[in-house]
Amino acid sequence: MTRIFIPLDSVAVALGADEVAEKLKAQDGVEVVRNGSRGMLWLEPLVEVETAKGRIAYGPVTGADVGSLLAAGFLEGADHALCLGLTEEIDFLKKQERLTFARCGVTDPLCLKDYKAHGDLSGLRKALALEPQDIAEEVMTSGLRGRGGAAFPAGIKWKTVLGATATQKYIVCNADEGDSGTFADRMIMEGDPYLLIEGMIIAGLGTGASKGFVYLRSEYPVAKAVFSEALENAYADGLLGDNILGSGKAFDLELFMGAGAYICGEETSLLDSLEGKRGQVRAKPPLPALEGLNGKPTLVHNVISLCAVPTILAEGGAFYKDYGMGRSTGTMPFQLAGNIKHGGLVEKAFGVSLRELVEGFGGGTRSGRAIKTAQVGGPLGAYIPPALMDTPMDYESFAKIGAGVGHGGIVLYDDTADMAAQAKYAFDFCAHESCGKCTPCRIGAVRGSEVMAKVIAGTDVHGNLELIDDLCEVMTDGSLCAMGGMTPIPVMSAIKHFPDDFLKGDKE
Amino acid sequence: MREGLEVTDAKAQNVGAMDALIAKYVGVQGGLMRALLALQEADGYIDASALPKLAAAFNLTKAEVKGVISFYDDFARAPKGEHVLRLCQAEACQAVGARELTQHACERADVAMGDTRMDGRITIEPVYCLGLCANGPAAMVDGKLKAAVGEADIDALLDAWEHEA
Ligand SMILES: Cc1cc2nc3c(=O)[nH]c(=O)nc-3n(C[C@H](O)[C@H](O)[C@H](O)COP(=O)(O)O)c2cc1C
Ligand code: SF4
Ligand code: FES
Repeated sequence: MTRIFIPLDSVAVALGADEVAEKLKAQDGVEVVRNGSRGMLWLEPLVEVETAKGRIAYGPVTGADVGSLLAAGFLEGADHALCLGLTEEIDFLKKQERLTFARCGVTDPLCLKDYKAHGDLSGLRKALALEPQDIAEEVMTSGLRGRGGAAFPAGIKWKTVLGATATQKYIVCNADEGDSGTFADRMIMEGDPYLLIEGMIIAGLGTGASKGFVYLRSEYPVAKAVFSEALENAYADGLLGDNILGSGKAFDLELFMGAGAYICGEETSLLDSLEGKRGQVRAKPPLPALEGLNGKPTLVHNVISLCAVPTILAEGGAFYKDYGMGRSTGTMPFQLAGNIKHGGLVEKAFGVSLRELVEGFGGGTRSGRAIKTAQVGGPLGAYIPPALMDTPMDYESFAKIGAGVGHGGIVLYDDTADMAAQAKYAFDFCAHESCGKCTPCRIGAVRGSEVMAKVIAGTDVHGNLELIDDLCEVMTDGSLCAMGGMTPIPVMSAIKHFPDDFLKGDKE
Repeated sequence: MREGLEVTDAKAQNVGAMDALIAKYVGVQGGLMRALLALQEADGYIDASALPKLAAAFNLTKAEVKGVISFYDDFARAPKGEHVLRLCQAEACQAVGARELTQHACERADVAMGDTRMDGRITIEPVYCLGLCANGPAAMVDGKLKAAVGEADIDALLDAWEHEA
């Protein structure tokens, strides 16, 4: 039997992996494993063949290539135009520091036996032997900060939830991943779903919560299917339920689907949605950690934050803290997207420079043209010019240049990008996604788009840019949440770094 | 992946199964959202006849139910076309020509973005990120993910839709 790995990841599927899998399944002596993606997304569908020397990669492979691959003897790992050599030796992968994504693409994501063979649930096993305070303390020691965007210290949140007394507490996983240019949550839920389940159980043990929900966006049908099946398997195995691994401790976990609203990624909006309501943002306080889902203490975390937890428990908070720099500890799965030659997922310790990511790993633009800018941290993130790309990717260094790391998404643009159009889009997106609760955001975004249209048309450019400046100040200071409060960041960074794009319509 | 993972409540309104479907979600976490998602999945939209039933089941006013439906992009209040093409409009896809691709698709299909063509055959809708941002432009074609979509792919797709019986 030759084992062949063909990803079930959304990207691979969207590029024809299912057809490749069907064709290879029909071969005698072939066992097809649908794995997660290795994150070298420009090479998808990336097919791997298990050989005595190790796993050999071929890609990108389409259904039409299967015949010539078989003829060349790729089942024995033979050479072929699409052969990339040993997977683990590919530079893009070799240069990474994978903690969270260590298993992604390596194992069969739905096989619990395989999951246990790679790590043995040792994070959870350790947690089961600890007191809740000690679990929360370990997370505190790691220095882990929220990977969803706000970068709040996780340990403090855990201790707040643990300290609250209530008949019911909840763990809510934020898998709404609405930021353009991000797909780390999706990849790990498709490629290593038990990691998230393990992380959530540990979070339950560390805070005294016996029930969890994963709020997943509807735009991720593959993640939905994979994670649903993983949940079933986890229950069947006794990993979830009344008696976790025979410990007598309980944790229940459910998947909850969103319905296409970006604002539901904001944690309080998400909680309202999870209560079956409109996803309106709630005023804070009260903090969700004290009054969250159904008014009960709730730990809300991003997928990647929760997926860091098993490593932190298994290896110790101090081990995790050794990665990164300053107060940005651990690793971050950066996501290279947009007009990029080698797009994909790069997990590195904080501190790698933006340039190393987009040029070193990413290979520059896909079009081959000059880089104009990278937007970092999603639709509410800053547009960064090449001159600032030596900035290390960590929370503090990015704050110093008026930017944020956010969820680690990096969208690259070539020199054909028009920054005035991008600035207008930022307002349009805010207008479309605003929950409508506060005026600076609800009205401001619409006005901003109108005024930007005038700038683009060349009408009183200077006067209108001043108006934009005022408006952005009002939105920054007066919005209830970061939707309205941070929309000025892409707008103002575009104006600041690329003034010519805004002045070109100027007729005076 | 195993098939038939989820039992869908196919064609809830057609077979008069709406009451049963809604009843399933009363008393569960986020029941109204779940009921709406199930109705949307079963029928492709939320029929107006569901409003009073949902209001009664969840102890809300009809206006409140409407408020929830209108908040979420996924809930449609009228049937869509036989085929639905969702084109990603978000930044990473913009950076590789999503705007131009969208214009091409709309012209070629003769339908405005967000609309269903008069003959009810084709709907083109915006979607804000499918998580295929390293491989854009991205699209969802009748529920299936597509990456690196070019004008030729759109043409082939639309031709196939125009020519089917
Ligand atoms: C408009 C808006 C959208 C957001 N979208 C997401 C999201 O998609 N995923 C996410 O994890 N956090 C998102 N957040 C951040 C959450 O509000 C919250 O900080 C996070 O889920 C907490 O988890 P963490 O501590 O693990 O980061 C968003 C915030 C805002 C203001
Ligand atoms: S800033 Fe916008 S999204 Fe946030 S609460 Fe106000 S209206 Fe809602
Ligand atoms: S921006 Fe188009 S798929 Fe993410």
